[in-house]
Amino acid sequence: MGKLTARLEEWKKKPFLLRIGLIMTGISIFFIFVGIFVTPYDPEAMDASSKLAGISFKHIMGCDNFGRDVFSRVLKGSATTLFIATGTIGIGITGGILIGAFAGYFGGVLDELLMRINDAALAFPSVLLALVLISLFGTGKYQIILSMGIAFIPSFARIVRGEFIRYREMDYVQQAKLIGAGSFRIMFVHILPNTFRVLVSSILIGFNNAVLAEAGLSFLGIGVQPPDASLGRMLSEAQAYLFSRPGYALCVGGTLIFIILGFSFSGEGIGRKV
Amino acid sequence: MKFIIKKAASLLITLVFVSLLVFLSFEFIPGDPASSLLGTQATPEKVEALREEMGLNRPTLVRYLDWSSGFIRGDMGTSYSYHIPVKEMVGGKVPITLALTLLSFCFTVMIAIPLGIYMAKHAGGRLDSFLGVLNQIMMAVPAFFAGILLTFFFGLVLHWFTPGGFVSYEVNLGKFFSYLILPAIAIAIPKSAMTAKLLRGSILEQSELDYARTAYSRGNSTNDVLWKHLLKNAMIPVITFLGMVLADMIAGSIIIEQVFGIPGLGRILLTSIANRDYPVVQAIIMILAIAVNLINTIVDIIYHQIDPRIKYQ
Repeated sequence: MGKLTARLEEWKKKPFLLRIGLIMTGISIFFIFVGIFVTPYDPEAMDASSKLAGISFKHIMGCDNFGRDVFSRVLKGSATTLFIATGTIGIGITGGILIGAFAGYFGGVLDELLMRINDAALAFPSVLLALVLISLFGTGKYQIILSMGIAFIPSFARIVRGEFIRYREMDYVQQAKLIGAGSFRIMFVHILPNTFRVLVSSILIGFNNAVLAEAGLSFLGIGVQPPDASLGRMLSEAQAYLFSRPGYALCVGGTLIFIILGFSFSGEGIGRKV
Repeated sequence: MKFIIKKAASLLITLVFVSLLVFLSFEFIPGDPASSLLGTQATPEKVEALREEMGLNRPTLVRYLDWSSGFIRGDMGTSYSYHIPVKEMVGGKVPITLALTLLSFCFTVMIAIPLGIYMAKHAGGRLDSFLGVLNQIMMAVPAFFAGILLTFFFGLVLHWFTPGGFVSYEVNLGKFFSYLILPAIAIAIPKSAMTAKLLRGSILEQSELDYARTAYSRGNSTNDVLWKHLLKNAMIPVITFLGMVLADMIAGSIIIEQVFGIPGLGRILLTSIANRDYPVVQAIIMILAIAVNLINTIVDIIYHQIDPRIKYQ
């Protein structure tokens, strides 16, 4: 019991925004996780009798133009969106750490060359860069992850490089060198863990951008392809029935905003604490 | 002046770099444009003849120089799908996307700067916290969803405009702009929320510095200090950010054009990607890249003019 109250005290000390954000993110992840295993209806099952049905106890978000349960599809679509965002950030952060670490740690010509390419890529808005890459790789779930992942590398590389430049002259790095630690060991065992604090908040911001970018690309019809559901794709379908059933678009858009808000509140909260 | 020349040179290098990337990346796509053009009628002889005619058999470097010098002269090649010059397809659409982007930018500045100043002046107050939360929510609204909500409210509930309607700037300039207002607002909503938040933080940061305290101690009123001292310094990070926002809006307008059915650059870009019409894709990407990089350079120059302490690295 004592432990529980202590935990509660600790929780109360956290910034208000962080608490709200964590609760919202928790709710989203809980629903999405449950949705992977069980949904109220089969997200693909069409039911001609309930085409564009409104919100009811039977279908809490109504049905789409094929009579498919929107709530079940939202669960499945959110899972796809989060999967793509996670993959994107995974590629972005891995590439960013590799490029940023080498450029920042070694400096010199390597730094100059890598950062020239990086800045040329960074000069493009990431959605535009992802669009170019999609036109090369084609559409589909994994192509989107690859395209967006590459488009996200430059911004992470810049942040990691800055951190490595800051740490490379520090005493502990010099001492590690004296003991005879190799460059790779210093870069990835000694310096990298110190950059985590900065990385966490940029990962949260990046995650939000990835969710937004995926939704945007799928909305344009060049992202996730059917039968995969995605929030962006569902929104573009819902737009056609805006007049007859505005609830469809509102439910899908509301879910998207809820997920993004959860992450942005958490990121904001962590940022204020640091 | 030296600074401007340096910046212009750097812009040129970046653009050469970008054009190389754009050209080379389309070199590595699987599939031969000649055989895809011929479709089912492709025979090895016909493909070979067409390749020769399109100049595809020449070395990559020669074709790059040909393409880039053509681009500078305004010759952007021929569309694979429509067999008309790319310039004809793209040229008329540039003003539409440009107008949309500039209008969104004006709205962003008009909303964000007064809002940011107001929030900073009343920092800690109830309205400030309320606006802070509202801001956070607005930042989370994707522009295309804001577009859908605006279409629903103004188009279907209030009947102020016809969803999907559009009037060309050549027919009626006033009507053309009136159809761009809502899309521009949709783009401006999340961007102005971000800008206002940044400006508020920036003003508050400046207000804690020594010079601000000195200004207060000399008996200046809050307003005097804010308008005469703080704002000038506080605007520096905001201007950089606005430059990024403007560049981002060019990409954002592609999505918004789709929501409101505006036939701008975004729509041709999307159909060309779907049709694998690479000359058109290359041309549009290059136009957008030039626009984005030009904006970045101009922002850097303005930045330098405001604060000469900023050195060119």
